[in-house]
Amino acid sequence: MKKLFILLIVLCLPVPVFSQGVFRIGNGAEPQSLDPHLISGVPEHRIYVSLFEGLVAFDPKTADPIPGVAESWTISKDGLTYAFKLRKDAVWSDGVRITAQTVVDSWLRCLNPETAAEYASLLTGVIQGADEYNTKKAGPEGVGLKALDNNTFQMTLKSPAPYALGMLGHYAFAILPMHAIQKYGKDWTKPENWVSNGPFVLAEWKPQDRIVVKKNSKYWDAAKVKLDQVVYYPIDDNNTAFNMYLNGELDWQSVTPRERIEEAKKRPDFENAAYLGTYYYIFNQTKPPFNDARARKAFSMAVDRKELVEKVTKGGEFPALSYVPPMSGYKPMAGLTENVAEAKKLLGAAGFPDGKGFPKVTILYNTSESHKKIAEYLQQRWEQTLGVKVDLVNQEWKTYLDTRRDGKMGGYEFARAGWIGDYKDPYNFLFMWLSDNFDFNDGRWKNTQYDALVAKANGMAAGPKRMEVFQEAEKILIEQDQAIMPIYWYTTLNMIDVKKWEGWYPNVLDIHPTKFVSPKK
Amino acid sequence: MTKYVIQRFLGLIPTLFVIITLSFFIIRIAPGGPFSYERALPKQVLENIEKRYHLDESLLVQYGRYVLDILRGDLGPSFRYKDYDVNHYIKISLPNSLVLGLLSLSLAVILGISTGLISARRQNSTIDYLSMSVAVIGISVPLFVVGPVLMYFFAMKLNLLPTSGWIMSGDRWTTVLMPMATLTLPYFAYIARLSRASTLEVLQSDYVRTARAKGLSEPVIMFKHVLKGALLPVVSFLGPAFANIVTGSIVVETIFRIPGLGRYFVQSALNRDYTLIMGTVIVYSAILLIMNFIVDIIYGFMDPRISYR
Repeated sequence: MKKLFILLIVLCLPVPVFSQGVFRIGNGAEPQSLDPHLISGVPEHRIYVSLFEGLVAFDPKTADPIPGVAESWTISKDGLTYAFKLRKDAVWSDGVRITAQTVVDSWLRCLNPETAAEYASLLTGVIQGADEYNTKKAGPEGVGLKALDNNTFQMTLKSPAPYALGMLGHYAFAILPMHAIQKYGKDWTKPENWVSNGPFVLAEWKPQDRIVVKKNSKYWDAAKVKLDQVVYYPIDDNNTAFNMYLNGELDWQSVTPRERIEEAKKRPDFENAAYLGTYYYIFNQTKPPFNDARARKAFSMAVDRKELVEKVTKGGEFPALSYVPPMSGYKPMAGLTENVAEAKKLLGAAGFPDGKGFPKVTILYNTSESHKKIAEYLQQRWEQTLGVKVDLVNQEWKTYLDTRRDGKMGGYEFARAGWIGDYKDPYNFLFMWLSDNFDFNDGRWKNTQYDALVAKANGMAAGPKRMEVFQEAEKILIEQDQAIMPIYWYTTLNMIDVKKWEGWYPNVLDIHPTKFVSPKK
Repeated sequence: MTKYVIQRFLGLIPTLFVIITLSFFIIRIAPGGPFSYERALPKQVLENIEKRYHLDESLLVQYGRYVLDILRGDLGPSFRYKDYDVNHYIKISLPNSLVLGLLSLSLAVILGISTGLISARRQNSTIDYLSMSVAVIGISVPLFVVGPVLMYFFAMKLNLLPTSGWIMSGDRWTTVLMPMATLTLPYFAYIARLSRASTLEVLQSDYVRTARAKGLSEPVIMFKHVLKGALLPVVSFLGPAFANIVTGSIVVETIFRIPGLGRYFVQSALNRDYTLIMGTVIVYSAILLIMNFIVDIIYGFMDPRISYR
């Protein structure tokens, strides 16, 4: 009887599951798909980076492009033509060779309007003829992609976009096993049919439970891959994920719940780093009062962003007076310094001295505790400093998107928004505010000078002159017009013990390829 | 009796049909759609997707198409989770919810009825007050408080149990304990209070007084005569309770990472995943209708005052 009792206790005790080569990741949401052309989102991207490799891969320290399936490349003098030399030993996990034609076919599949890839815009923005094919104005023959021979792939751009190379690691530019897709059709992503070319292949997929990938022995760089398995857990509840990490059930947890940030900050395994993105409010410029730049500037200058990030968000965020976050080659704009007296003066000049007569304005945000706290802070701040009345409205995500995008922002005067960069270039932030960009420019700000400058910079070759033109454009966006109100630049809130795991480094794109991760001896 | 049973069962079908029809149209009223993303799709691409999923057709045509598909047992593709279809997701998640629901409800019934009976027999004693206090706590404290509190104590502080996971996913059997405890509590509470109240009522009734007068022993009175009568309200509670516990356990499934139907229920609504919403609604409604039906039949057997003609 005693023996049985002891056995029962032993069976209950949680055994620390630390099998040498297994890396367990808290991956946020259940992925929409494992087909790189049908996804969008960070959890999907993390899985993609383990299973596939594009022409270029990501440097684990900087997230900059390093050779992937392409071992080298040349760029023409005018910056428009790229020729990639593919590795001869690049094969699929079933042994079939990856050729330049595979790359052409894969990218055409992404552009194919039938595929309806959400991120085809990354290709249509830079590749010649891509937009016409994607919007059904022309056929695939006009797209600037060519297989010069089995090992040489050529792409022709419509402008010398210097960020194009860095984008090629993104899943929009995935190289896909076209032979498997042809054979299995829609079922090609099922574990039993799986074929991919990355450091890992799909071993198991239990929806809402876990995705297990195991080392791909046919990967050209398999010798460098130290992990046997990576397990991705889609965890809806951030609190549970955090608990799992603290309890040793996860090795890397990607999001720390805001309510437990103070607890996390005390730990050495809390990785708090800059993240390439901006949290901001959009001003509705289709009607008063924010059709007047003076009112917009007044509101922006009345905020104390330092207090907001220290007392409200507490995640180590960077107060932001400009929109484009710091990146190499681009110095962030100074913006308009916070100054309550100046703000009051501007509001007076706009016709509302001491806030008298200023209409009640409403902030629209998508339902979430953290957005609510920020909105409440701003509401209070503006009421105190400017003497105005501010209301708050929250809507569930899809409803909020619908409202924000209806051409008049649902009648609300501001809407909360956030943007994470897809690649490290100011264009990825500034293109959103072009006058005709109705997908993003929800406040309908219009400035033809800005449009011209952005278009000009976009057509220039890489270099400081190009960056200067972007800076002039952002000066108009922020300092001259205050078209939007940046609040802070994002930070990441990862939990991982880098004393136990090497090869994981914080970087501004928050990309951590599992290829380089290994348990420390 | 048999005729009644068959008639009742056939009557479920039009009810289900009405539910399906109403749901189909209501979910499409919500703003936004399955393909409205932050990064908007170009117009021609969006047109393509809508054509592929027949969203460009008139609502009535879409409805007709959907009904024909259901009749063939095809619940359609998921708009959000593109690699498998709705049938597959329901097939893999329903058993998890069913097992969690059945285990929790069974425990709640056993504990609840025993507690109710004992409390009623020993009315106003310490044990009565104690168990009814626990019951009030069980009804008032929300699941999303109980769950994390249990996780905090048993997993984090005492290190006795894993934080989350599910036995049917291949994790240790101990993963059932906290979710079960969390989910059982409110149902145990209701059942305990219900059975206590009905037992008290039955104990005052004439036929029990007669049994006592005849000199029958307490255990015989309790189990042969009182129990059946006391159970009647519990039985009618169990029908909807079972259906509710299977998909209403969304909170427990989310907190403890159980891959059940409840999670799809809410996520599909947020994603405007029309087909998955419909799939979960149909399953939930079918379970609810069938369980109510079974309860009605059992009730008829248990209560000699009711006869079906």
